[in-house]
Amino acid sequence: MMEETLKRIQAHKGVIGTVVINAEGIPIRTTLDNSTSVQYAGLLHQLTMKARSTVRDIDPQNDLTFLRIRSKKHEIMVAPVLKAANPF
Amino acid sequence: MEIMYVYTRKRSEFGRPCSFSDRPAKVSVDIPPDPGMASGFVLRNPVDSAVQHTSDMSEHEVNTERVEVESRGVNHVEGGWPKDINPQEVEQTIRFRKKVEKDENYVNTIMHLGALMEHCVKQNNAINIYEEYFEDEEMAELEDEPPSAKTINVIRSGVRYQEPELVLKPSSPLVCLEYNPKDSHVLVGGCYNGQLAYWDTRKGGLPVELSTVEVSHRDPVYGAVWLQSKTGTECFSASTDGQVLWWDIRKLSEPTETLVLDITRKGLRENALGAVTLEFEPTMPTKFMVGTEQGIVIACNRKAKTPSEKITSTYSGHHGPVYALSRNPFYPKVFLTVGDWTARIWSEETKESSIMWTKYHLSYLTDGCWSTVRPAVFFTTRSDGTLDVWDFLFKQKDPSLSLKVCDEPLASLRLQDNGCVVGCGSKLGTITLLEISSGLCTLQRNEKTLATAMFERETKREKILEARHREMRLKERARSEGQGTEVEERPMESPQEVLDRARRDFFEVIEAELQRRAQAETHHPRGKVPGTGGAGSDSLPWRRGRGSASASQLKNHAGEEAAAKGEESQLPRDEEEEEEDAKVSALQLRVAFPPPPCWGCCSSCGEGPGRARGVSACVGGSRGSLTPLLPSLQEP
Repeated sequence: MMEETLKRIQAHKGVIGTVVINAEGIPIRTTLDNSTSVQYAGLLHQLTMKARSTVRDIDPQNDLTFLRIRSKKHEIMVAPVLKAANPF
Repeated sequence: MEIMYVYTRKRSEFGRPCSFSDRPAKVSVDIPPDPGMASGFVLRNPVDSAVQHTSDMSEHEVNTERVEVESRGVNHVEGGWPKDINPQEVEQTIRFRKKVEKDENYVNTIMHLGALMEHCVKQNNAINIYEEYFEDEEMAELEDEPPSAKTINVIRSGVRYQEPELVLKPSSPLVCLEYNPKDSHVLVGGCYNGQLAYWDTRKGGLPVELSTVEVSHRDPVYGAVWLQSKTGTECFSASTDGQVLWWDIRKLSEPTETLVLDITRKGLRENALGAVTLEFEPTMPTKFMVGTEQGIVIACNRKAKTPSEKITSTYSGHHGPVYALSRNPFYPKVFLTVGDWTARIWSEETKESSIMWTKYHLSYLTDGCWSTVRPAVFFTTRSDGTLDVWDFLFKQKDPSLSLKVCDEPLASLRLQDNGCVVGCGSKLGTITLLEISSGLCTLQRNEKTLATAMFERETKREKILEARHREMRLKERARSEGQGTEVEERPMESPQEVLDRARRDFFEVIEAELQRRAQAETHHPRGKVPGTGGAGSDSLPWRRGRGSASASQLKNHAGEEAAAKGEESQLPRDEEEEEEDAKVSALQLRVAFPPPPCWGCCSSCGEGPGRARGVSACVGGSRGSLTPLLPSLQEP
């Protein structure tokens, strides 16, 4: 099931690569080569942390749900794991 | 007592190092107190003494240690692996990864995030929000500013600090003047006494040479234009005596060629029309045009073999002298004439009437010229001192810009080649230089195509009207011949009666037209009828066809009843004609005075719209038959 999800995402039009990163910044599953994955893992991990802390600083009840970095050539889309619970 | 301590040193010993040594203290002087001086002092009681009780402080400077800072990049090396796993070992890393993947938490998270990611990816694919939607569109430059012109300079005679560069002194007053396009130092001018003179500005203000009086014109030379020739010394001139003479300025003793402007093509001086303006386009060296006093423009061909063939065509439409004549620099077939109260645009192909015209103004139009940068813009000057700038593509009823330059009439107008600066001269000798706003002197995007389309459309319309007019005339002729000989001679009517008759006819037709219009409004939708940009359509809405039809009848019958009947008979046909006309793009309603040579009294006037000869009963000598209104130059 989990495999299918990942495969489905990769199969979409326009998707160049997929990387799954754990809390320590290690790429668990990736479709790109190792060095690129490691680079993405390290950089994006930190950026996501920063983004999340920014959002939380502004509103502590809020949390980062998605991060899109649009550049000239591509768009990097990051879906972080939600840590804070949704307020009801 | 003086306390002194003297220290001496020899000059030769200067500069020697000092060797100091200690010695015990020695009392130099001991001064005991002198009680006798106490009388000079006063005991002070109390004594003010300041005391400050603070902690002792001292100043101390500190300079912090400098820290050196350096920017460095970090190369992300693999990290984060648990201690027991060596990142270099592929097996270990794979094992670790597999273990992580089996974790349930991991699977749930992946599902959740996967769904989220998929949503966003689909979003991206659905629409590219950063797409360039308006890449290829050029922003249409909107001319927000209304057309305007500002005066740059006004040159008045008698103002001391404005001295002309050079003053030309002819023997007789100059009427017209032109620079040689090839040599900017040479000018040719036509004099009031009919002579032609030429100047070289390098040689001063007196003319270099004058043409001989006997062979020159007999009237003021109103037009002098340079010709295009290899030598650059040829020019031609025209005057109201009806002649056009060609000259070579190197030999002004006699003209190289002459032409008599007789449109009956007989070459008779008596029939000749007086020329008021000349027009010559260097791109068409064999053709030239002459604007006459009688309101007719004659197009001539210089290279024709016989004098009778020299006059190729005539264009009549003005009621008074044609004061300005110029070809459109973009469309040489289209030319502009300015005379009486209107400015008219003609096409060479349409000889019977102008293709477009301005409304009838309250004052005479004295000069006009096309803009050199925009094909549909032209300038006119009026005798009430107004300069009008017309943009025919934009608005035909009114000028786009109307400026009151001065109170006295404006006599002449010249546009600089760049199209932005225009100079106009008034009757009192004041020259005003104006700079017009950029909107009127920059070529717009589609202007050329639109202007071409407009001129072609109008030409076509005129051709259609012409054709129909000819048809009607033929029909009339056939009908009149069938009716046999109508009364040819009529009793001589006094001028007053003729005038009354004319007035009556006129008003009758106006009433008829108003009624017809009222009827037409109730029957047809308004859209078909009004003329889109016509001249004078407010007060005198005559259909051209009718006007001319009545003219043709008058020629044959010279009878008012027939004329009136003619009008009536035309009316019922108008409904169908209207449908026909609706096909023609613009219905132009304008004044068309029936052009009878004269009102049936003097047979010698005949066909040619010549001058009114000495018959006093002749009321109309030329096109506009209501004499009181005409700028009449034809009085014998």
